[in-house]
Amino acid sequence: MYHLRGVTKTYRRGKASVQALDGVDLTIEDGGRLVIQGPTGGGKSTLLQMLGGLDRPTAGQVELDGTDLATLPEARLTRVRSESIGFVFQSFNLIPTLTAQENVETALVPLKLKAKDRRERAAEALGSVGLGERRGHLPGEMSGGQQQRVAIARALVKRPKVLLADEPTGNLDESMRDEIMDLLEGLWKEHGLTFVMVTHDSAIAKRAPRLATIRKGRLTVTENASA
Amino acid sequence: MFFTYLRRELRRRRKAALVVASGLALGIALVIVVNSVSAGMKQAQGKVLESLYGLGTDMTVTKAQEEPEEGEAPQRPRFRFDANEDGEEQASDQLMVQGFQTLGASTVDTVARQDGVADAVGGLSLTNLKISGEFKRGEIEAAPAEPGQKPGEGGQGRVRGGGADFGVNSFTVFGTDVTKPDLGPLTSSTLTKGRTFKDSETDAKVAVVDSAYAKKEDLTTGDEISVKGTEFEIVGIATADKGQAPSNVYIPLKQAQTLSDSKDKITTVYVKAADSQQIAAVKDAIQENVPDTTVTTSADLAKTVSGSLDTAAGLASNVGKWLSYAVLAAAFLVAGLLTSSAVSRRVREFGTLKALGWKSGRVTRQVVGEALVNGLIGGVLGIGVGLAGAYAVTAVSPTLTAELGGGLTGGGPGGGGGGMVVSGPGGGGGPMGQAAERTLDIALSAPVGLATIVLAASLAIGGGLIAGAFGGWRASRLRPADALRRVE
Repeated sequence: MYHLRGVTKTYRRGKASVQALDGVDLTIEDGGRLVIQGPTGGGKSTLLQMLGGLDRPTAGQVELDGTDLATLPEARLTRVRSESIGFVFQSFNLIPTLTAQENVETALVPLKLKAKDRRERAAEALGSVGLGERRGHLPGEMSGGQQQRVAIARALVKRPKVLLADEPTGNLDESMRDEIMDLLEGLWKEHGLTFVMVTHDSAIAKRAPRLATIRKGRLTVTENASA
Repeated sequence: MFFTYLRRELRRRRKAALVVASGLALGIALVIVVNSVSAGMKQAQGKVLESLYGLGTDMTVTKAQEEPEEGEAPQRPRFRFDANEDGEEQASDQLMVQGFQTLGASTVDTVARQDGVADAVGGLSLTNLKISGEFKRGEIEAAPAEPGQKPGEGGQGRVRGGGADFGVNSFTVFGTDVTKPDLGPLTSSTLTKGRTFKDSETDAKVAVVDSAYAKKEDLTTGDEISVKGTEFEIVGIATADKGQAPSNVYIPLKQAQTLSDSKDKITTVYVKAADSQQIAAVKDAIQENVPDTTVTTSADLAKTVSGSLDTAAGLASNVGKWLSYAVLAAAFLVAGLLTSSAVSRRVREFGTLKALGWKSGRVTRQVVGEALVNGLIGGVLGIGVGLAGAYAVTAVSPTLTAELGGGLTGGGPGGGGGGMVVSGPGGGGGPMGQAAERTLDIALSAPVGLATIVLAASLAIGGGLIAGAFGGWRASRLRPADALRRVE
């Protein structure tokens, strides 16, 4: 469970400073699903990075299962990321020289599994996103939708508690968008993940049971009874 | 995963990898060529010195030069001829100590007892000078008598005709200790005909003659050669390894001492040090414990080498060395900057890996690993090119000339001893002044030793690590949020 209290993030560039988050309070239950919306530069991605332990707040607490990620030493924070949090990015962020199988395996490298186990689990993850036949293909040989599936397999192969997605359908066409969303929602239900997603797409936002809107660093959360 | 990732990245960035590797290769190749040429120079200088000393001699001990006392005339050879019958040939055969400076033969034992001395042997350098010819008296021609003078009371007479016709024949003689054939000047020659001295021939009338002198004088084994009127049987012909022998004729030391009236005297002690690294210490010990001597080491002698060999050696050790270091430093810098630049282009990649839970150390290792492989490729290329360069130098074998200055020679008449006695067939100048200078042609080679290869490999690894350190440092400082944010 996430528990954020008074999370503030200020970026400084020279003498100027930009407040990306301004006293954000937020609770996300285990297995919960939250969509974050807001204008560009409003602080959506910054909030997602705080949740993922990729950045530390200027002030406030970011607790994940009782551990404050804001003050956790770097080595332990890295370990939390490697074991508990899966990321999906808008531009897929696959390593172009590695095959789909090897890209998925990169998420298992920090877990120090045996090579054989790593291969089996990566193959299984790729199978679960419908890419079992394309394990040996490089990202450049796949469509955008397929690349995002590989990225999803990479995020889920370590069996995380939390899945964080930053505009996962931002680079995809409409049909592919629905396909990916169906896949993510299916996996969320299947694995009981805590799922937080940033999106600009209102159609996707409407499918979420909770919607957080962030403007100028301030967050408001609404329940979506129709989802 | 480490090697798979590394291999794929190197393949993807092969052009950049080739640039980095080529830069390092150039620097490493230069280092190999310069090192091997320098080694060749040292070998060449060593050969030059060997030709003076003989193989295995690390230093020589000679009598320290003495200032002539006030009013003392410098020593010069004197020749006396009687007024014999008109037209009768007269000859004077002298065997003189080169430089007129001698040491007691016991100096050899004193030197041999010094710490660090493995072996010592004494030798006597002599010059045999034979002047032969004839005087012809002039004829007195009386002037005719003046008017009024009685016969026989004529005017002034005149001497007509008469004079002298003398030839000079000189050659150098070295009295060698036949019981120690492994040390001394004769070791710089190879026996090409006959035999060398036997241990038992300490006082025998046998001689070994330098091949150039033998050819000039039409001598061969079995012939006899006259040294101060004493006939010696030629038992061997020796050819100097570098063309010019230290002496024309070698005879047993005792014979040389007897004939030159130098009983128990020597001119030079040839010393072999127990440890080649301790030559300077041995020199100090000898100078301290054996008074009135001058000790000359190979290093001292090397300072007198000039000519193109000296110039080339200077170029190799100065310009070549600094050029290769500069190229190497530039290659390291370029490799570092290119690696660092590659990390900048891969910010998203490394940010993603860190987001996935890769530790900074693992990301850094990946970057350093790639740079190291680049360095090793550069090393292999550089070693290949460097070996080819060294081989080319050896194949071409450019000839260098070494001029040995007269500063360490035996000196001319009255010049005193003080140093090495270098002489060549026929000598130059006057009877005592031969070998004031000599010139040797040496073919340059570029031997590549294991140490050079190890140095090259170390430079390759070092270059890779330096380049990796540039990139690794950047990668390790990369914060995943910043990396991912920069993409947006």
